[in-house]
Amino acid sequence: MSIFEYNGAAIVAMAGKECVAIGSDLRFGVQFQTLATDYKKVYKIHDKLFIGLAGLGTDAQTMYQKLKFRHNLYKLREERNIKPSTFGELVSSMLYEKRFGPYFVSPVIAGLEDKTHTPYLCGMDTIGAIETAHDFMVAGTAPDSLYGMCESMYRPDMEPEELFETVTQCLMSGADRDALSGWGAIVYVITKDSVVARTLKGRMD
Amino acid sequence: MTQGGFAFDLCGRNTYLERRGITPPRFTKTGTTIAGLIFKDGVVLGADTRSTSDTTVADKNCEKIHYIAPNIYCCGAGTAADTENVTGMISSTLELHRYATGRGSRVITALTLLKTHLFKYQGHVSAALVLGGVDFNGPHLFTVYPHGSTDSLPYCTMGSGSLNAMAVFEDGYKEDLTKEEGMDLVTRAIRSGIFNDLGSGSNVDLCIITKDGVEYLRNHQRLQDKTYERKFPVKYTPGTAPVVREKVFKLGVDVAVIEGEPEEAMDTT
Repeated sequence: MSIFEYNGAAIVAMAGKECVAIGSDLRFGVQFQTLATDYKKVYKIHDKLFIGLAGLGTDAQTMYQKLKFRHNLYKLREERNIKPSTFGELVSSMLYEKRFGPYFVSPVIAGLEDKTHTPYLCGMDTIGAIETAHDFMVAGTAPDSLYGMCESMYRPDMEPEELFETVTQCLMSGADRDALSGWGAIVYVITKDSVVARTLKGRMD
Repeated sequence: MTQGGFAFDLCGRNTYLERRGITPPRFTKTGTTIAGLIFKDGVVLGADTRSTSDTTVADKNCEKIHYIAPNIYCCGAGTAADTENVTGMISSTLELHRYATGRGSRVITALTLLKTHLFKYQGHVSAALVLGGVDFNGPHLFTVYPHGSTDSLPYCTMGSGSLNAMAVFEDGYKEDLTKEEGMDLVTRAIRSGIFNDLGSGSNVDLCIITKDGVEYLRNHQRLQDKTYERKFPVKYTPGTAPVVREKVFKLGVDVAVIEGEPEEAMDTT
């Protein structure tokens, strides 16, 4: 068994026109036993920067705590929020430090760059090899089915409302073919002047 | 907070899990066809742009030609994180070295830094590199293997598609090629990797280094653009998704100064 299949996850992020969306499923389980159905795998770093952490739950939480701590220190020193691209490099170097004994997480980072409001999207493997994307990024226990959905549903320059519907379809339909993720989802749509969080109803099996 | 270098604190737990029959996750590999050759007045480096995780294409258009110094570039094959970080580390060491000495970097310096690092880790840092550049002593081209051994060659290839690319080089290489001939030969070598090796794919990146400067041709040949497009793209009308709960967070609006008289005088009676 792969360590990724211990808790299960499905994460999708997608870029639109001056907006970006990121969502995860809500299941938390230990292999085939579901323990919770309100477990969000997307974490907020600041208003315009979110990170999704798929993989082993314990490592995901540790990573989030470390990243929040590093961002707090960054804010004290710089008196501003961290840029998504800078944050991506931070996550990458934290993961690569543990090259020979990694955290079992694969992150997806979604944010809006300041001023220009251009979306920033990237994903990583467990040792921090950054993969920047201009369209979409997925992570979790069934990346292939999520990739398949995104590859056919994505269109460039979507408006926030349409982007939300597309991400939702990709996430929920992709997760339906994965036994280890599902039980509803949460999707965040980030625009220049608001963040909308929508909780969704999905299959409960 | 950290002192630099690798941290091994999770190794105990991870090997324990492995002993219990849990397989560790696979890393992103570059798969890769990378190649380089020396022509009349410089070096041409080339790379494909596919990165894979197992058999899934992780990135369809990644960058494998890494910046080392203004006059030195390096193609990377192997574990993506290793090639990215090892070239980044050497690049920053050389930058500091240039500030300290006030001289341009030499390719041999980059080579020595790379091979000592790789040899120290006995092949566990799995980066296979093609290093090229032009310095004080003219054009140089080297290959670096993950265990730290190196070759100095007029033309070389690396990665899973290295045999395909080398076949093209063996057929077409001669001394004192012109820039155009060199670019064409490297492009053909990479293309044979893209089409015949499944670990390599998508587009051809080129980097031409001469004593007069660098030409980085990102996606010199785009080979794998989508061949189809949906005639009737599925559009979900707002309200399709089964939303249970919605929370809107308004973000702070920047203060705007509006010129002119106020619309209505304030009542101060």
